[in-house]
Amino acid sequence: MMKNRTRIFARIYIWLVLAVLYAPIVFIAIFSFTEAKSLGNWTGFSFQLYKNLFTGSMQNSSGLLSAVENTLLIALIASVIATMLGTIAAIGIYNLKGRKKNVMTFLNNIPMINPDIITGVSLFLLFVFLHISQGYTTVVLAHITFCTPYVVLNVMPKLSQLNPNIYEAALDLGATPAQALRKVLVPALRPGMISGFILSFTMSLDDFAVTFFTRGTIGLDTLSTYIYTDARKAGLTPELKPLMTILFLIILVVLLVINIRQSKNNNK
Amino acid sequence: MRKRSSWALPYFIFLVLFVVLPLLLIVVYSFQDNSGHFTLGNITKFFSDGDSLSTFALSIEVAIENTILCILIGYPAAWILANKQLNRSAVTVVLFILPMWINALMRTLATAELFNMAGIPLGKGTLLFGMCYDYLPFMIYPIYNVLNKMDKSYAEAAQDLGATPGEVFRKITLPLSMPGVMSGVMMVFMPTVSTFAISEFLTNNKIKLFGTIIQENINNSMWNYGAALSLIMLVIIGITTFLQGGDTEEAASGGTI
Repeated sequence: MMKNRTRIFARIYIWLVLAVLYAPIVFIAIFSFTEAKSLGNWTGFSFQLYKNLFTGSMQNSSGLLSAVENTLLIALIASVIATMLGTIAAIGIYNLKGRKKNVMTFLNNIPMINPDIITGVSLFLLFVFLHISQGYTTVVLAHITFCTPYVVLNVMPKLSQLNPNIYEAALDLGATPAQALRKVLVPALRPGMISGFILSFTMSLDDFAVTFFTRGTIGLDTLSTYIYTDARKAGLTPELKPLMTILFLIILVVLLVINIRQSKNNNK
Repeated sequence: MRKRSSWALPYFIFLVLFVVLPLLLIVVYSFQDNSGHFTLGNITKFFSDGDSLSTFALSIEVAIENTILCILIGYPAAWILANKQLNRSAVTVVLFILPMWINALMRTLATAELFNMAGIPLGKGTLLFGMCYDYLPFMIYPIYNVLNKMDKSYAEAAQDLGATPGEVFRKITLPLSMPGVMSGVMMVFMPTVSTFAISEFLTNNKIKLFGTIIQENINNSMWNYGAALSLIMLVIIGITTFLQGGDTEEAASGGTI
């Protein structure tokens, strides 16, 4: 049995690391309840920033709100397309053999190994080279590029768990390939597709470097690029603090609910 | 069966167009001057430019220090999280991943502001702390995954055969968890070298990392030199991946978020 001292030490260690990890987030949350412009400046308790955020009465409010809208929309479109492309690709790669399979696996690994800045710069050069004007479409394409490999990676293990005869059986019983895909393959692969989708969505939301290089000069902003320009120019829009606090609480609740449900299912 | 393997074709075309061709373009642009003629000038410029070289050296140094720091702090955390006797709830694991969902730039700005408030001058120390803070979850998660999936009977067998807990860790657990550590290193080292924005915020523009000079060159329309700098990074990535055996799949296919 584990000694009690080890257990106490382990607990303290975990909570210490967590405290450091959460310090900046708690810091943002605390200072979202005061009116002061800059972080770390307390001018009394107030809900003013929250009011401003919801009524839209702030400087450059359209900029911030459209940045949030762009971030969510780009993440949604990119991860939906990445999930479809990645799932079909995974089925294809799974059925490949020998060198072809190795080549595909190798190519699929490249975007995951490349740091963001390389992905960003290389796609920037591609769009310059092809004379494609950069904007919404190029950002979405770029996000699909770095998201799809993770979908492939999450769907693959589900394919190896699948009995290959089920799909053939569906075809033998008269299903068209499209029907067999929709009614047999997709339900079996769904857990992998969902985790691939969630991973894609998260990475797209959090991306800064790739968006930065592929958004062009039309003034398209996601939350990340908005914060970057904002912090370098005039200092942060104060309403970002309540926005971040709300986003954090939503994510906290969603993740906790998912995990508690999951562990309940596992215990059954 | 032959038919379904053709389903990989659309993705193959996509990868060639959006991954292979762009990387080739980095190579092409690196060896061209402004008017599109072949030159080695961009490469020689890097090796004769003291500024770029010292930035490069500093980036590698910071990345190595950050990686070591992440392993030293992250490994014990991952080990405790994966140990059923010490940690029974999955919620603690979620708590470690959660900060990654908050915009990294926003967290970095808040970290820098916390240092300001505490009166700590922004510089290399704060840069290292902030980097470690940003990348720690990427180290903890793959190590946790490997430790969690590890067959416990090896450790038990060693124990039955008379190994002390210290020996069990050194001879069984640690070697078996190396794939996780390697994936963690991959997810921390190169991204640290190439960060921009984060390093600027954490040092008040005092310290530039390699990513920042790439970004500055690209943004100031010096595409060819920017491409050459990217190529140098690509070469390093190639070498580290080759040394590591290119196996990042273990970590990324974690399953539950």
